[in-house]
Amino acid sequence: MDWHKLIERHSMLLLVGILAMVSVGGIVEIAPLFYLESTIEEVDGVRPYTPLELAGRDIYLREGCYVCHSQMIRPLRDEVERYGHYSLAAESMYDHPFQWGSRRIGPDLARVGGKYSDEWHRDHMRRPQDVVPESIMPAYPFMERRELNAGDMDGHLGALRMTGVPYTDEMVAAANQDLFAQANPYADGVGELEDRYPGVMVRDFDGDAERVTELDALIAYMQVLGTMVDFSTYEPEENER
Amino acid sequence: MSETSSAGGLPSHFSILMRAILTYFVLGAGLVVALYVASNATDFVMRVHGVIFSLAALAALIAVTRRFGTAFEKPATAGTGDNRGYNFAIVKWGTVLSMFWGVVGFLVGVVIAAQLAFPELNLGLPWTTFGRLRPLHTSAVIFAFGGTVLMTTSFYVVQRTCQTRLAGDILPWFVFWGYQLFIVIAATGYLLGGTQSREYAEPEWYTDIWLTIVWVGYLLVFLGTIWKRKEPHIYVANWFYLAFIVTVAMLHVVNNLAIPVSLMGSKSYSLFAGVQDALTQWWYAHNAVGFFLTAGFLAIMYYFIPKRAERPVYSYRLSIVHFWSLIFIYIWAGPHHLHYTALPQWAQTLGMTFSIMLWMPSWGGAINGVMTLSGAWDKLRTDPVLRMMVVSVAFYAMSTFEGPVMSIREVNALSHYTDWTIGHVHSGALGWVGFVSFGAIYCLVPWLWGKKELYSNKLVEAHFWVATIGIVLYITSMWVAGIMQGLMWRAYNELGFLSFSFIETVEAMHPFYLIRLLGGVLFLLGALIMVFNLWMTVRGSAEAANPMRAIPQAAE
Repeated sequence: MDWHKLIERHSMLLLVGILAMVSVGGIVEIAPLFYLESTIEEVDGVRPYTPLELAGRDIYLREGCYVCHSQMIRPLRDEVERYGHYSLAAESMYDHPFQWGSRRIGPDLARVGGKYSDEWHRDHMRRPQDVVPESIMPAYPFMERRELNAGDMDGHLGALRMTGVPYTDEMVAAANQDLFAQANPYADGVGELEDRYPGVMVRDFDGDAERVTELDALIAYMQVLGTMVDFSTYEPEENER
Repeated sequence: MSETSSAGGLPSHFSILMRAILTYFVLGAGLVVALYVASNATDFVMRVHGVIFSLAALAALIAVTRRFGTAFEKPATAGTGDNRGYNFAIVKWGTVLSMFWGVVGFLVGVVIAAQLAFPELNLGLPWTTFGRLRPLHTSAVIFAFGGTVLMTTSFYVVQRTCQTRLAGDILPWFVFWGYQLFIVIAATGYLLGGTQSREYAEPEWYTDIWLTIVWVGYLLVFLGTIWKRKEPHIYVANWFYLAFIVTVAMLHVVNNLAIPVSLMGSKSYSLFAGVQDALTQWWYAHNAVGFFLTAGFLAIMYYFIPKRAERPVYSYRLSIVHFWSLIFIYIWAGPHHLHYTALPQWAQTLGMTFSIMLWMPSWGGAINGVMTLSGAWDKLRTDPVLRMMVVSVAFYAMSTFEGPVMSIREVNALSHYTDWTIGHVHSGALGWVGFVSFGAIYCLVPWLWGKKELYSNKLVEAHFWVATIGIVLYITSMWVAGIMQGLMWRAYNELGFLSFSFIETVEAMHPFYLIRLLGGVLFLLGALIMVFNLWMTVRGSAEAANPMRAIPQAAE
């Protein structure tokens, strides 16, 4: 161990040695994910979030929903039967940041979209125990009272475009208009919204037609979760991983 | 610069003036930026943080004015004043704040444990819900309590083992208070809803930039002190501290890469998405465990256990082998948090393989710590502080065995997403990190305040037993709860249907959540006993006859 005396006597050798040792793992393990094409499968249907869904997702992040709810269904028999088709990498390829989670204090939400009605979600957010008496989820009664702070959705889409989400100039420019159009089927611009975001659900989500609230946005986000890929036609590639 | 006490090295009035001007310029610029942000912020979180940064800059201006004023009047005393020229004032502050953040972090933990048992305690208010308080708890214990303990002990250990004063004059204080400011910004951000929603890396982009600046300062202070050491060798504890500082910097910067929506707003989006983002995050998070909660606290073990036991480190060779293998292997272990997910399987397999290999270097450290007591085993009976530290190493050994087991894919299929993970984390956090920190602080307080001994060894005994029972209740209840819920999720009845709805598995957790809550309360109670004991020690009159004499022997 005499060679080690050299390192012990020279702090910069020690520093460089540490840096070298701790760099290898990350380079070998993480870097290939960015260029190996097999990392994310080719699937039809996954599109960027609409401005309203994105605003809802921001609320989901803000309230820390990820500390109790995962969004990652593993290919295990019971999970697939309980929650639906196992999650694909492609389904979260526009998720900045990812929301796979680490603990299921509540159930997985990767495919919660379409499972419950908007009214159910509204009652549930108001007081979860009203619809699921044994629930230990906190109540979020303030969401339906709070008007959505939504004037800067173009900034949000613009920032996401810088990270690589394929929002077009048109989508960014129309972001604020699109947000309000999605919550009101009678609004101007609904047709353009539907052209820009195929399959988008347009309706008054929280049952309050007067205003666009935080609850509108959150429900719009939850109702789209896991619904973008059509699994009746999806065929996994062989040995894709 | 700060070595001003020796003859011939007196700073001139001119140099003090130049330093004062430079410092004022930096602080003034910071104040202007903070005030501008406070008045032009686009959201409430940013506005509050602009105000907090402004207040901090003002406080710093006042503090440096007083400091430079004294230095200008009496240049000869500038930068000295403590025992033998060591900067122990900063260590004293750190000791006090470590205990403060510890109690805060444990208390928030008790609150959120109670919320899971009694959901009405969420109160229906945005800032008191579990989703916002849970990051507050994890950050308070890891970064506020753990981080302050690490910074404090590293400043003490590096001075003692290098036999020289901490490098820098204002810089160490900037690092120390800058880190405390980071804690306040992060904590207030969580409560107000400012979060990146990345586990253990929740603070938003500007908080991350601030921490990066502070952390570079920390590295400079630490390295600077090593550079002027009076010993030829760098002591083993300092290798671990250095690995902790350097690696945490790397992890922090890469994992927090993000694009802010606006420079005047708190919101940002992470640079990476989906599967790449997931692996980056868990590479970060697992190595926050590896380098923050392991390497850093192993450094504490390597200084305080030999010192307290008055024995040299058991094996010099083992410390070399386990140091380099630990830091090399740890960094690969992240993917075991992503078993069976959409992460490519080759990455999962690599992560699992290295996690299992990690068992050996982890136990290398544990063996080196425990066997240091060779020839001094009797002290376990007579010295409750030493016993606390040795038991912490035992918890370390236990959780570093449990970790590799849980990283096996088939085990993980059951344990993942359940409270088994929470139990595992807490056997490491309460048992290892908590106890070794308590042991170090029990050692430090009499040394720093020049007391012969602690106010009461009986109270240390009480703390030890109350906290140990608390930990055992906590981890056993979480083992049972986690394995039970995992089994319930995958249970089928004779007709081939799932036996339990999700909510039935939630209901079944209630009694275990109550036991866990009791465990947490006991652990908090132990910490309060400790605070009382330390308070009485500092107030006490039993001055040490000859404080701070012994220098620990280097390994071998």
